Amino acid sequence: MKRRWRDLEFLVIPIPFIRRFIFLLLIIVSIWLLLPGKIDNLENQLRAAVNDTIAPILDIMSRPIIIIADKINDLRDLIIVRSENVRLKREIINSMHWQTLARKLDNENRILRNQLNFIPNSDSSFVTARVVGDTGGAFVHSMLINSGSKDGICKNQAVISGEFLVGHITDVSKNSARILLLTDINSHIPVILSNSRALAIMTGDNSDQPRLNYLSPNMNTISTISGDLVLTSGNGNIFPPGLPIGVVSSIKNDIVRVEPFVHRHKLEYVIVTDFGLNKTIKPTISLSKGHD
Amino acid sequence: MKQLLLQQINQTVCYLSLIFVILLLIVINTLPLHIPGFVIMAPLLPLIGIHYLSIYQPGLMSLITAFVIGLINDAVSGFPLGISSLIYLFVYIITVSQRYFFYGKSFYIIWYYFCLISACSFVLQCLLISLLLKCSLEIHSLILEFLMTLFLYPIISWILANIQLIFYLKSDQ
Repeated sequence: MKRRWRDLEFLVIPIPFIRRFIFLLLIIVSIWLLLPGKIDNLENQLRAAVNDTIAPILDIMSRPIIIIADKINDLRDLIIVRSENVRLKREIINSMHWQTLARKLDNENRILRNQLNFIPNSDSSFVTARVVGDTGGAFVHSMLINSGSKDGICKNQAVISGEFLVGHITDVSKNSARILLLTDINSHIPVILSNSRALAIMTGDNSDQPRLNYLSPNMNTISTISGDLVLTSGNGNIFPPGLPIGVVSSIKNDIVRVEPFVHRHKLEYVIVTDFGLNKTIKPTISLSKGHD
Repeated sequence: MKQLLLQQINQTVCYLSLIFVILLLIVINTLPLHIPGFVIMAPLLPLIGIHYLSIYQPGLMSLITAFVIGLINDAVSGFPLGISSLIYLFVYIITVSQRYFFYGKSFYIIWYYFCLISACSFVLQCLLISLLLKCSLEIHSLILEFLMTLFLYPIISWILANIQLIFYLKSDQ
């Protein structure tokens, strides 16, 4: 057996001592970098410098992709134009009914607020930014946008697309910022289900559909929540209450999954919103140290 | 003397071009492609570059280069700082120590070897992130990402081989 191993020795190149020493040194540095709370400040500076350098390159390189994606979408729209027309006509009829109802309720709401001397929430400010980077895969779900601290973006601000929640800001540099998506394993959002009024924490697991954890115990049966609308609960002052996220899509082996309204492959522009809430979100674990 | 100087310049330009290509792979890896479902299986393109250079240009690809490329990849992708460096160092040192084995071997054998080493690095990365977060990652997405990386290996190595060939032809002239 020993002779056999010796026969194979020619396959392996002996590593010189200096190389071995540098290798060990770099391994130790890498592990040291991974340890939490070591050099947060330096790490943030490094991330900011790299992201600021790479964001304009990504911005330029992503433009042709967007043009191609738009053309493909145009073609797809052209193919389904007839069926889409029928669907939209039906939707208009439906919307007219809801519009009438909404006007009536809005009126009623205004009157009731006046009677209660209700103080409305302060107006939120927002910045629209273009998505220039999208990191997917099994390890991290985040996006890079081409606006940063010079545009007034701060850590922990909510990111929305249309009316729907996309995620929140975790890293800010001068010209770019990173969004931690709802689907990321690090994302933990307090939510409420619109019909059942059950509270839960929506946690990402780097799949397309985040799961609902810690569903409030007043639920009679878990199967009744299927198709329920998932909204932010406003607990913890992270996000304002009532931001739509998605619908309960599946319940398998007591794991409740949510289908988000936002499809990330369609995201071209996002709105970073400052709701003027407490800006001290401290999630328990952070994938990128110093992110949160 | 002049010949030697030209050779040195040629080698430096070759080195910079190959490093530039790896940095470009990091950027391409981060580009939003707007393809439904693709994000879940986004490949680890820089890993291919590191592996390729470790076999064919071990002199150019040093431990420090692998470490710095890893740091840049972590900063751009949002990974915990140090993860990619650790993986790339691991891939580099193992590949360099075995590279005699690959001389004169067919591409399929090298591809098969990349399959083994990338599987190990995926498992290592998964273990490290799971340890850091104290939770398990989606295995389904992990397998798709691994297969996608494997699938793109011939294309990326073909591009890198052509760049290398250009410089060799120039040095022969």
